[in-house]
Amino acid sequence: MRSTRTIDISTGLFVMLGFASILFMVTQITNRGYSLKSDSYRLMAAFENIGGLKTGAPVSMAGVTIGRVEDIQYDINLYKAIVTMRISDKYRAIPNDSDASIYTAGLLGGQYIGLTPGGSDVPYKDGDQVIMANDAIVLENLISKYLFNSAATKPGESTPAPAPAAQE
Amino acid sequence: MDSGKIVFSALDIEIRRGAVTAIMGPSGTGKTTLLKLITGQIFADRGQVIVDGLDVARLNRKQLYALRRRMGMLFQNGALLTDLDVFENVAFPLREHTRLPERLIRTIVLTKLHAVGLRGAADLYPQQLSGGMGRRVALARAIVMDPEILIYDEPFAGLDPISMGVVLRLIRSLNDALGITSIVVTHDVREISQIADQSFIISEGKVVASGTTAELRDHPSPIVHQFVDGLADGPVPFHYPAPGYHEQLLGGNAFA
Amino acid sequence: MITILRETMQSFLTFLERVGLLVRFALRLAAILPLGLLRPRPIIEQVYNTGAMSLVIIMTCGLFIGMVLGLQGYDLLTRFGSEEYLGTATAISLLRELGPVVTALLFAGRAGTALAAELGLMRATDQIAAMEIMAVDPMRRVVLPRFLGGVIAMPLLVSIFIVVALFGAQLVGVEFFGVDSGSYWSQMRSAVELSDIREGLVKGLVFGVACSLIAVYEGYNAMPTAEGVGRATTRTVVISAVVTLILDYILTALML
Repeated sequence: MRSTRTIDISTGLFVMLGFASILFMVTQITNRGYSLKSDSYRLMAAFENIGGLKTGAPVSMAGVTIGRVEDIQYDINLYKAIVTMRISDKYRAIPNDSDASIYTAGLLGGQYIGLTPGGSDVPYKDGDQVIMANDAIVLENLISKYLFNSAATKPGESTPAPAPAAQE
Repeated sequence: MDSGKIVFSALDIEIRRGAVTAIMGPSGTGKTTLLKLITGQIFADRGQVIVDGLDVARLNRKQLYALRRRMGMLFQNGALLTDLDVFENVAFPLREHTRLPERLIRTIVLTKLHAVGLRGAADLYPQQLSGGMGRRVALARAIVMDPEILIYDEPFAGLDPISMGVVLRLIRSLNDALGITSIVVTHDVREISQIADQSFIISEGKVVASGTTAELRDHPSPIVHQFVDGLADGPVPFHYPAPGYHEQLLGGNAFA
Repeated sequence: MITILRETMQSFLTFLERVGLLVRFALRLAAILPLGLLRPRPIIEQVYNTGAMSLVIIMTCGLFIGMVLGLQGYDLLTRFGSEEYLGTATAISLLRELGPVVTALLFAGRAGTALAAELGLMRATDQIAAMEIMAVDPMRRVVLPRFLGGVIAMPLLVSIFIVVALFGAQLVGVEFFGVDSGSYWSQMRSAVELSDIREGLVKGLVFGVACSLIAVYEGYNAMPTAEGVGRATTRTVVISAVVTLILDYILTALML
């Protein structure tokens, strides 16, 4: 039989550990709660086709995740998908002529947005829209385009290769 | 209890207030069952158990618990709560049923422990106690609420002669000092006869003899004679019922 | 043929009776729940007994389950060239299935058997009867805190198990096989939903209720002998494991 103090301390330790674990799960392994809101800014991009992009998908530059897709809306006037990205404040100095593309991680992986820096000296500000947005590569389109091209021009024509994976 | 066997039939016992009553009988005659009936742990299919004018079987849970607060019981092996030390074991009923200040609880518990001679063992845990000490602690716990009825289930079983003498003396002195009604279930005839005011011998579900120690000693019934004098064979047979000895040994299919 | 039928019928009836008794037991616990919550002290002690005492085994097993997931997951995912999904695969399988189920099985083996044995021993040594005689309801004083302690401890144990396992998988995947640490965690983040965590915790809670209930029921109703205590602990593990897996299927089907 231990003294009550030992029991209290170990129980306290156990319960704290348990709640710390819950907290860890909620904040560290979901994108919900992984809050960039306080120290981040928004960028918009209008895509013709976002493929399978989902909210929470990473936004990366040169393969490094710098933010996440916060929101995806369909703009009925532009006939385009308006994607809102949250970019961490650490990456304030993104040239305002950088363009955004939707890539696929691996052959079957989820989709993410890659930003390619431009040459401007002026950075994007909060709420800016990305100048140029390259759509997701839709596999079906790619195949039909390839078939169409090969039928018209015979083999040898190069077709756009699938985007390389950004991470690894 | 659930085998459909009749434990008691035509059992009629009257226990006098303030006396030490011994209930004796061979093993397996349902002495412990009788105690369970008195304390309302089980109920009889027929017949009544009346304690201080209350029919135990007809009480609801609350009334039964109220009645039990007026009883104390000493179990065969003490039944001390193993996760509490001696002090807390004795304090247990007080903490459960009263809102007494800690100082008063301490005083009461130490007094009761002193009465059984174990004030010095307050910090020990039940595992550290010998059988006799454990039973004395259990006795202190049983009297801590100042019960009117104190029930002892085989208080001498497995005790060395010294501890037995101690427990014996305690039963008598507690009875006299506190005016408790004591019921002692035992088969240690010689020991209990030193202190009992009144004894019952039960066998096969019936009272076969009752009276004072002296009356029992001169009782004409052979079963009382066998029991009091501790004879191996008699009305309670030495042999468990079996087919004929010769037949079984020589019959060839003895183990068929 | 007819005897077989009759025996099947008989054992089916026994099974139904058991379920009925368990439900009645659970309802009694539910009825005294508010009373039990008034006294947090014994509950804290039981959280210690079931939770804190299971911590070492939970963390050890969590670490190794995680490492195995790291190995297996890495091996499988490299075949598709997508080892950066190791984090996702590990996290989802842990949160939804392995975390709650393995923790429940370990809980049944460690805390459940301890509970059943403790209660069975209390039954066998008359401690439960002693409480009843002292007009203390053992369901409230002994069973309820143990049950609640298990219910509280279980989701916490599940969480700890999962987090330790995640680091175990990271150890193998990232440190041994060189999966990028950033993608291990970030892919996990992008795929894991709050609902996955909820599923894990809900399962943990339900398994906690089931396993604790079975343990206290079996212990409390154990036959008051050494053999009875042994049987109660065995039954606790077996029944808990089966019930956990059945409940797991039901809960998964409900929450998908």
